This record gives sequence, C-alpha cells and structure tokens, in this order.
Amino acid sequence: MAEIMSLSEAVTANVNDGDTVALEGFTHLIPFAAGHEIIRQGRKDLTLVRMTPDVVYDQLIGAGCARKLVFSWGGNPGVGSLHRFRDAVEHDWPSALEIEEHSHAGMAARYVAGASGLPFGVLRGYVGTDLPKHTDTIAAITCPFTGEQLTAVPALRPDVTVIHAQQADRHGNVGLWGIRGVQKEAVMSAQRSIVTVEEIVDELNPRVTVMLPSWVVTAVAEVPSGAHPSYAHGYYERDNAFYQAWEDISRERDSFDAWIDRHIRNTRDFSEHLALVREEGVVMA
Amino acid sequence: MTATLDPPSTKATTDEIMTVVAARELKDGVVCFVGIGLPSTAANLARHMHAPNAVLIYESGTIGAKPTRPPLSIGDGELADTADCVVSVPEIFSYWLQAGRVDVGFLGAAQLDRYGNINTTVVGDYDHPKVRLPGAGGAPEIAASAKQTFLLLRQTPRAFVEQLDFRTSVGNAEGGSSRSSLGMTGAGPAVVITDIGVLRPDPQTGEFVLTALHPGRTVDEAVAATGWPLRVSDDLTVTGPPTAEEISALRALTGA
Repeated sequence: MAEIMSLSEAVTANVNDGDTVALEGFTHLIPFAAGHEIIRQGRKDLTLVRMTPDVVYDQLIGAGCARKLVFSWGGNPGVGSLHRFRDAVEHDWPSALEIEEHSHAGMAARYVAGASGLPFGVLRGYVGTDLPKHTDTIAAITCPFTGEQLTAVPALRPDVTVIHAQQADRHGNVGLWGIRGVQKEAVMSAQRSIVTVEEIVDELNPRVTVMLPSWVVTAVAEVPSGAHPSYAHGYYERDNAFYQAWEDISRERDSFDAWIDRHIRNTRDFSEHLALVREEGVVMA
Repeated sequence: MTATLDPPSTKATTDEIMTVVAARELKDGVVCFVGIGLPSTAANLARHMHAPNAVLIYESGTIGAKPTRPPLSIGDGELADTADCVVSVPEIFSYWLQAGRVDVGFLGAAQLDRYGNINTTVVGDYDHPKVRLPGAGGAPEIAASAKQTFLLLRQTPRAFVEQLDFRTSVGNAEGGSSRSSLGMTGAGPAVVITDIGVLRPDPQTGEFVLTALHPGRTVDEAVAATGWPLRVSDDLTVTGPPTAEEISALRALTGA
C-alpha cells in the first residue's frame, strides 16, 4: 500500500545517490516539484531516465545531480535548446554527462518491457540510422517465426519512478486523465515509485482514465500545482511564458546558478518556490 | 468567404509561403502524424481550408486533435480536449504508427541530404559535438513506418548538406533500391518543401530534384542554398502564390 507523506519525506526515503531515476510526464503532468526536491536534497550521480528531458532535467543536470542521461528527445518544447543539457554534453559543465540515446518508440518499448517483466522489447526501428553505432542498448534480432529482421531494446527498470497525477484517494489509489504519456509503464517498471498529486480526495474524479492501485505505488505526496510550469488537465494551464523565460534564465551558467539558488535551494518547499515565482511576477504561475 | 486585406499585409512572408504550399500537399481525409512548429501549422491550415476531415495525430497520444491555434508543445491541453481519443505513448507508436495506420508523417530537420535522409541529433562529431540538437524523438520510426513523409525546412547551405553529420532518420538511404532493402514498411520521403521551392525525388535514383520555385525565387538562389550539386527538373514550375483566403486563414491560426 502506498504511504501518504510529504514530498520531502518521500524523496529522502526513496531517492538515493547513484540511483536510476525516471521522472515521466509527456508535456502534461511533469513532476517539477519532485525534481526540485531532488535538487534541494542535493542528490548526485543519478542516472536520469526520461523520454523528453525538458526544462525539469535541464534543472537537474545543471544543478549537478546527474551522471548519465537515458533519453530520446532533449529540448525546450516550442522554444528551442536546453542550454544546461547542451553545456553538459558539449563542455562537461558542471560535470561530464554520459548519454544513452534512443528514439521515442524505442524508449516506449523499453518501459513496456520493464512493466511486463520481460528482458527486452521489440520494434521496427532504428534500421539504417546512426543510433545503433553510438548506443549499445540497440540490437538486431530475427523473428523466430517469420525470419524478419527487427530491433531489440532492453527493458528499463528504474530504481525509482516519479510522476505527478491529478488525484489520489485517502488509501493512496492514484488517478489521472488527459494526455497520459508513459507514466503507467514507468511506474510499473520501477522498483519504487513516488506520485505527487494536485489533491487528495475522498473519491477519485470519474474523468480518471489511468488508475494506479495503491499497492503498486510506494509513496503519495500532495503538492498543489506540483507540475508547474507544465500543466494538470482540469486544474491549470501550461505556463508557456515560463518555458519562454527559461531560455534566458538558463543560457548562461551564472544566471542559471543564481536562479537555482534563489528559487530552489533557498526555498523550503515547492509552495514557497511558487510564491516567490508569483511575487516576482516574471512569469504567470 | 472573400477576405480583403490591406495592401501591405497581403505580402506573404517566406515562412507563410512555405506553410501554405505544405498545407496544399495534404489531401482531405489524410491521417497525418504531425511534428511541432511549421508542420503543425501547415496541417492545421489544411484542416481549416481544403481538408476538414484530415486526422491529426500528435506523438503525445492525441488522435484527431482539432486545435483552434497551433500549440506551443506537442502535448498542450487543447490537443487532448479536442481529440477523438487520447492514447498512451507506447500505443501511439505501436498500434497507430508502426502498424501502418499513418498516411503522412510531417517532419522538420536541422540537416537534410540529397536522398532525403535527415539529422536532428548533432552538428559535428557525436562524442564532441559542435551543436547538440534535441535528438530523434519520434522521427526515425515516423520516417520508417508512415506510408510517406513530407519534409519541411528552410533551404540553406548549412541545412542542405553533401554529408549529414548524423543520420537520425532514413529517407531514400543511399538512393536507388537501398531503402527498400532495409525492410521499411513506408515508402519514404515524397516531397521537401522549403522557403525557396519544392523538391521531389527522382523515381529511379531517389535523389531530390528541384521541381518548383515559389513566385519570385530563382534557380540560382536554390542552387546557392544547397550544399550538393542541385539537379533542376526539366519541367520546373512555379507554385501558385498564396491566396487571400489562405493567408487570412493562416494568420487567424497563428495570430499574426
């Protein structure tokens, strides 16, 4: 059964230095509050897994939490580059970042294999591209029934997966709706999981389309607006102005460091962070 | 509906011409897997003009999305609100794309070669990149499994290169029959639409050839913007200029 606790307790209990950690959410329900708490608690040497490392992983990488990144698309959606990700790959700042690079279809197949208890996933993919030359976790395989050449990718099995959802009930059953991404597979492929939610309710909303029973979740923490600047369908919109502002905040190391110190390391929790962001009025929150 | 525009605003920008010409390539009822940016704008313009029954699929899992404005990201809430259905990311790539249910994949790129192979991964050496780009995303499997792909990018010597720094997604491979020997289910790139004109593949060699220029653009400009010796079709045509209706619908979409 999932234990309901504070986000700070959930991260302390479940995210260790050196762990393989997946924060999922496909543009919707991105667990920013949990990412911030990992930075606040100073976790290091993490292998970060995520299909679309966007601003939340730019923050984790720039803050020095990551040793390795497993991913398929790293950018600021609709805006441009992730400057901290690029600085780490191009100039080893703040430290070298090993990368294991896939396509979306490959990452999805890897999560499905992990959630299914299989050693690998199979797909028609990567053939004729340069990805297999640089990524060891892509291998050709022959179908034993038809003789077709296909591609195998190993299962992902994170030590801990972190997602954000709209609701949990008082037993820790989790419900989400809207764009659902790969969160169910990411939770079910992991050893442990943390789910932050907009609110804990007596009864889950009937709009729920993805349901994770309490007994497949490790910890649930109530963090209102915990996906900001991403969005939570039915609760608040995507803060596009923040994504655009991130371009300037993150471009230089100094401005990035100052932002992380002021807005994450020197705030007690996500609600204080949000209050600060709102007070500065730089971005809508 | 007859749109009337003040003379200064009737002049379309190069991005607008590209988007309008790309939109015209989409037939009504087409099932189109759409990337963000210009492809998304073009697909939505087509839906508002001649292709009201086009089915737009975004990789976030929204099938039949009908956004009123082009979204900033491929997972904006409006896509889910207006979609016929919302499925998981593993499902969109397996049941819908890989199984062959997508007619057209609409892609952009940082680099393109003469065979329509594209790079969205790195500029320079992979281990010591000059510029680290976002990476593959959904593109390799869209390029492999969509029945055909349309490519949309600005034509410059930095983008239209003799040799890709990294092959992220396969077009006509090394030309000739090399793509079909890779066992892909989709036919590959059918058209490249740029700010200068339109390129289509030579049916024998698979090499992209300039087949049309946008009004006012020249062959010399196209050749100068291409990093390989660009072949020009004997039947070179000129694309129809954007109509007032197209420009007005496009500006209503983008808020320009």
